[in-house]
Amino acid sequence: MSAPDADTIASGRRLGVPEQADADGEGARRIIRARGLGRRFGDRPVLSGLDIALDRGGFLLVTGPNGSGKSTLLRLFAGLLAPTAGELEVRSDRRRLGFLGHEPLLYRELTALENLDLYGRLYRVPERRERIGMLLERFGLWDARGATVSTFSRGMVQRLALCRTLLHDPELLLMDEPFSGLDSDGADLLQAELADPGGRTLVVASHQPERIETLATERLALA
Amino acid sequence: MTGYLADAAALARKDLIVELRTRDTVPAMLLFVVAALVVFHFALPAESSRLAASGMLWIALLFTALLALVRAFVGERDQGTLDGLVLAPCDRSAIWLGKTLSVLAFLLFAEAVALPAFALFYEDVTWELVAGVALANVGIATVGTLLGAMAAAARARELLLPLLFLPVAIPLVVGGVGATVDDDPGRYLAFLGLYDLIFAILSWASFEYVVTE
Repeated sequence: MSAPDADTIASGRRLGVPEQADADGEGARRIIRARGLGRRFGDRPVLSGLDIALDRGGFLLVTGPNGSGKSTLLRLFAGLLAPTAGELEVRSDRRRLGFLGHEPLLYRELTALENLDLYGRLYRVPERRERIGMLLERFGLWDARGATVSTFSRGMVQRLALCRTLLHDPELLLMDEPFSGLDSDGADLLQAELADPGGRTLVVASHQPERIETLATERLALA
Repeated sequence: MTGYLADAAALARKDLIVELRTRDTVPAMLLFVVAALVVFHFALPAESSRLAASGMLWIALLFTALLALVRAFVGERDQGTLDGLVLAPCDRSAIWLGKTLSVLAFLLFAEAVALPAFALFYEDVTWELVAGVALANVGIATVGTLLGAMAAAARARELLLPLLFLPVAIPLVVGGVGATVDDDPGRYLAFLGLYDLIFAILSWASFEYVVTE
């Protein structure tokens, strides 16, 4: 991705130069490409005219105040929402996509182990039990593996949601306010995970980006 | 195909575990169906025909099923977990099949109590009645799960689901009552089987469009 100039980043209107990249035959490296991307909810436009091009292995940090469309953008990338304007191409299938949204996407009535086992089955995770055990250990939840999520604190839920997101080793990781609810230990664990993404492409939306600002290769500021 | 069925089974199993822990749906269904049969028993005149008794049973079963259908997707929507299922790489119709299987299980629980109660208050349970209920269950669960998913996205879902479901369920009542009281139950049972087949295919094929934009 070409480095965007400061003005276009600040306006949140344009990131990279996808047309030029295509002309150079660099399209195959792109994992996300958007042209004139927009999304309205009824009469209210939340996003409009976004041009984005993100290469595989890149780290896109999306910042902006509440209501600026960060979550909407991530949901568009995940395929949970459809654009109402423009074009969006995400070259990653659902099997390789990890999504951490505002909701943890966990069943409160199931235990941590049961939640991860369910998602592990749906994603056909190889050596599922070992992978689940390793993630629970890494995020400090092994001792709570048999407890139902309804008994978890907010921070524990977020840690488990991170385990769920990473369970199938996604190539494209979409994270919306991933530090939300985490204590300093949890935040350190996540920061370490993001600092060593192992070839993953990361898109992280945050209105408090201090922890990851230096890790990002691309930035998009939504107004 | 094995993977598809495994996904559906995993999702149905999840629903059964959740129900086992929360007891949100089945106890309400049991209480409702028994209460309805008791009320109908006292509401019907003593000399009422078996036609009327059979009709009452089917009304009770249909409204009991609504309790399960209304709740089928409410938890998924409210907790946001439907997004997790939609994002998973499984076929979206496997979500429908898993939910249909769990609704079917809840209906069987309710009927395991309703049919003995019917025998207690009204008349004997015949094989035609059991066959009719079994076939109607499939129709209720298949089409009801699809409509439940549609209604769960709406604000007035408790109102919307009966409005959508009851008209579509009228053939099930016609087939069920017919199979119970007619001299030729085979005709009505075949009708129910055909209904199940058609609506299962329609629901299976259209579910993806209900849960995605």
